[in-house]
Amino acid sequence: MEKTVLEEIIYRQGAQRDRLLPILQDVVEQQNFLTEGDMLHIANLLQMSAAEVYGTASFYSFLPLNRKGKYMIRLCKSIIAKMKGSDQVLAAITDQLGIKPGETTADGVFSLELVNDIGWSDREPAMLINDKVFTDLDPVKVTHILTNYLKQASTQAFVTNLSTN
Amino acid sequence: MKTVRLTIDKKVVEVQAGKTILDAARIAGIHIPTLCHHPDLCVAGNCRVCVVEQVGVRTLQASCAVPVADGMEIITNSAKVQQARRHILELLLSEHRSDCVNCYKNNHCELQDLAAKYIFTPVTLIPLPALQHYTIDSSSPSIIKDDSKCIRCQRCVRTCTQLQHVTALTVSHKGHEQKISTFMDKLLNDVVCTNCGQCVNRCPTGALTERNYIQEVWDALLDPNTHVVVQTAPAVRVALGEELGFDVGERVTGKMVSALKTLGFDSVLDTDFTADLTIMEEGTELLTRLKAVLTEKADAGTLLPMTTSCSPGWIKFIEHKFPDYLTNVSSCKSPQQMFGALAKTYYARKRKLNPAKIVSVSIMPCTAKKYEADRPEMRSSGFKDVDYVLTTRELARMIKMAGIDFMSLPDQEHDSLMGESSGAAVIFGATGGVMEAALRTAYELVTGREVPFANLDIKPVRGMEGVREANITIEGCLPEWSFLEGVELKLAVAHGLTNAWEVMQAVKQGKAEFHFIEVMACPGGCLGGGGQPIPTNSEIRLKRAQAIYEEDAGKHIRKSHENPEVLALYKDFLEAPMSHKSHELLHTYYIERHCN
Amino acid sequence: MTNTSTVRKTDLIFGRSLDTLTLLRNAMQRDKDGLIQELIDSGLRGRGGAGFPTGLKWKFAKGAPGNEKYIICNADEGEPGTFKDRVILEKAADKVFAGMGLCGWLTGATKGFIYLRNEYIWMRNHILAQMNDMNEAFRQMKLDFSIGLKMGSGAYVCGEETALIESMESKRGEPRNKPPFPAIAGYEDKPTVVNNVETWVYALLISYIGADVFAAYGTEQSTGSKLFSVSGDTPKPGVYELEMGMKLSDFVAEFGDGDTKAVQVGGASGFCVPRRKFDQVIIGFEGIPTGGSMMLFNSHRSMYHVLHNFLEFFMEESCGQCTPCRVGCQQLLLGIEAVKSKTKPAQYLDTLMEFTETMRLASKCGLGQSVGNAFNSIVNEFYEEMIY
Repeated sequence: MEKTVLEEIIYRQGAQRDRLLPILQDVVEQQNFLTEGDMLHIANLLQMSAAEVYGTASFYSFLPLNRKGKYMIRLCKSIIAKMKGSDQVLAAITDQLGIKPGETTADGVFSLELVNDIGWSDREPAMLINDKVFTDLDPVKVTHILTNYLKQASTQAFVTNLSTN
Repeated sequence: MKTVRLTIDKKVVEVQAGKTILDAARIAGIHIPTLCHHPDLCVAGNCRVCVVEQVGVRTLQASCAVPVADGMEIITNSAKVQQARRHILELLLSEHRSDCVNCYKNNHCELQDLAAKYIFTPVTLIPLPALQHYTIDSSSPSIIKDDSKCIRCQRCVRTCTQLQHVTALTVSHKGHEQKISTFMDKLLNDVVCTNCGQCVNRCPTGALTERNYIQEVWDALLDPNTHVVVQTAPAVRVALGEELGFDVGERVTGKMVSALKTLGFDSVLDTDFTADLTIMEEGTELLTRLKAVLTEKADAGTLLPMTTSCSPGWIKFIEHKFPDYLTNVSSCKSPQQMFGALAKTYYARKRKLNPAKIVSVSIMPCTAKKYEADRPEMRSSGFKDVDYVLTTRELARMIKMAGIDFMSLPDQEHDSLMGESSGAAVIFGATGGVMEAALRTAYELVTGREVPFANLDIKPVRGMEGVREANITIEGCLPEWSFLEGVELKLAVAHGLTNAWEVMQAVKQGKAEFHFIEVMACPGGCLGGGGQPIPTNSEIRLKRAQAIYEEDAGKHIRKSHENPEVLALYKDFLEAPMSHKSHELLHTYYIERHCN
Repeated sequence: MTNTSTVRKTDLIFGRSLDTLTLLRNAMQRDKDGLIQELIDSGLRGRGGAGFPTGLKWKFAKGAPGNEKYIICNADEGEPGTFKDRVILEKAADKVFAGMGLCGWLTGATKGFIYLRNEYIWMRNHILAQMNDMNEAFRQMKLDFSIGLKMGSGAYVCGEETALIESMESKRGEPRNKPPFPAIAGYEDKPTVVNNVETWVYALLISYIGADVFAAYGTEQSTGSKLFSVSGDTPKPGVYELEMGMKLSDFVAEFGDGDTKAVQVGGASGFCVPRRKFDQVIIGFEGIPTGGSMMLFNSHRSMYHVLHNFLEFFMEESCGQCTPCRVGCQQLLLGIEAVKSKTKPAQYLDTLMEFTETMRLASKCGLGQSVGNAFNSIVNEFYEEMIY
């Protein structure tokens, strides 16, 4: 993350040890993961050890420490999800995007993770894409959802291209 | 003080409120096994080996973590406790690569000890899959980290954070992936680790050990074409005995020398000699800096306070954490490295030896000395000045390997030429010792009189307080030192890097003005070094310190500037403290390092 | 206080009652000690699953010295099969916040927090809006109390109250040694009340309906009603407010699909009850307590897969600091796999059950202590499925 953007986050949250998690959360909200550089810079400004930043971040499943795509898919793998067909949903996602859990698409648009219960056992299979939730999934439905995201991503790429040209 | 009455195994125990069940049991003479507990560290309560039954409580209690309460009834050895204890050990053994006979810590492992006591039927658990694909981090010249031996007690992390304020080590991840990591799982040699080895001193298993150079030293000793010199650091002689059957605090200087000769070292010399030399150089440097500030109005901040430079853990710490203050560190090499530089120059010349054939070994209470010897700057003799550094523990092992009956060895003296030393040098091994030694010399140099303390014992700088401050007003200066007349020297002594950090923070924030600061990376100074016998605790360190001061008191020379071999060295070779030659061989520079 | 033969639905939480602010204003007219006694008399116990008497907890906090105290809403609902807090926060967050305000008024705390699991980030704006409205209402009624939002970052163990507090302090979410308990030294080492989302609502409601009306529902040890999250092989998954103390057989009659083989009561950390025991089991503190998770499995389901899934969950979500839980969870999973693949004999399951006893006795927190609940009940009741 750009140092200025990171510093802006830290300035807003306060450069104190007890603001570490909100700062990490803000970084992840903007770029979906934490880099080594981000953690170092945070450690410096919060006057704490980089190892401690790493130790804290690595405890939490929603603070990824390696590069993730623009859209973070988190498919629930609870027993109820499995009973309701999450494996078929997973297969559909893998078919469509060509990635397995833990992987990111080559174009950096999607990452896929399997996660523990996300609180939708009444409407499994369910998944999160960034901060949106999708429930009652089946292979057809998930394909539609991802297709919409793909369109959105390519439109954005198109707009970005326009504005940079 | 409020006291609390409880019963442990039907025995009534009365202890101070605030004590833990474990404390109370120990007072009552009841043994409860522990692993994550360490007297130098805060309570963790995570290994659970120390669980006991408290009557009326549904679950077992971790005795190290639960404070005593009136009327508590504790049972330390019920069937429930026995089974839980055995199970916990079995679980730990299933995540531990129990390759004991091949382990460097074989017979020195707390897990092995507990297994020997509590496991008497074959363990049926499945070794955890992680044990099949482990890596060993041997990047550091000082410390080897083997996660397959780690039982996650976190003593190392607490040591690195609480005692040392380094936090090179941290706990990372959770669940089955939880482990002891560095930042981003980088190699130990690539992070802020100061190589102090305090983690090694407290690791109950073989997960953190010193990198040993035993074979290399044997090879040198058994090679007829080499001349192997050895230097022995001050703190080794008051701790080596612990590994070889002596009580804590017994001095074994003479036997140590005998043992080294028996092992085949060609010359058994003393780091104490270069400790005296350090005082000559560092004392002069301090006076030079004071003069520059007081008479030439030099930029005070870059010169004062001056800090000591003998502790390589401290050096690496300040390089990482306070790089703006590197000019404040004395440019003197540590006694080990002064010795190394002289061994292959002065000693070689005097003894008419080819320096290329000299192997220079040092016996140190320290793991950071291994790193120090490897620093690229430490080659001013044209060779690697110190070839191999052995810890006190490694020496003890070599003595055992050689079948030497240490207890019955006669006492012998260090060899001559770089073997003579003063009491001032011996006390380098205790926190406050360098300060005291420097004062004994500098005060006399400036005033022509001995320091005004009975028996030359400068008691205000002694002790185990984490940070000690003392002020000494200089009066009756000799004419050439008149600029110091009436100056109140402000001194500070810190041991353990957390205390060093606090002193440096105070300096940085302008809250403290010192002229001279002694810093030792390890608690208690070198006598509590990372290479010293295990276990360590405040009582052991205190006994070693007493032994050091006894050794000092018994020396016929008590002041560095009266060491005849040092005086001869200046006369024959170096000319004067801070001379060109001294700068070439005895002084060094420091490097700013990253902060992760 | 009798057990009805059928499941009795109630509608306290989502039903029409006085508006939330009126409930709070009325409560704040009352004598503080009297109100706390009312809560104690109601028999309300924490609805997160552990079941500590709420009135007592508040009484301790009120009696704790000092004026810096904290009120925390535990919205880290992570137990597999639970989603009732999600529904409360979607539909009745105002009651949750008012309950916290009431506790603030009673105990003298001026600051509260809701710790919301990151999996519910999609409702953050809704929560913030409700929270801000309530803070404004507190200000207008001159109640010196305000609530802030803290987000979780994905860790089941943070549902344990001391781990939650550690996480709020931006540390690794590792449970603390107890004592001291949060009521004495919690967030920032100050006295702290931590309650589940649902508990706050009931506490507020009891101040209005009274202990007697509340305790008229349920049984002696399990008074009142609670929300149940019903999932799995059921034609009507969802959240239901049911009277405490019902028989499991009645529950299954209401929610089962006619082929229910087992019910997992209380999520992965709860107990599995097989069909033949449905009519012996009472849902409540005298039987099997639950934070609300009720997962139904019909005869098509492999209980080995269920257990395997739970153990994977625990192995990943253990904080990892204490030995019994960190290594125990891994050993249980490895163990059932080994028995299934015949690399270990069936009797190895018995050895593993002995280890769950050590996990129960010696783990640092409730997570490790309760892993054996599901393990032992599933292995004992479906022994053959574990082997063949």
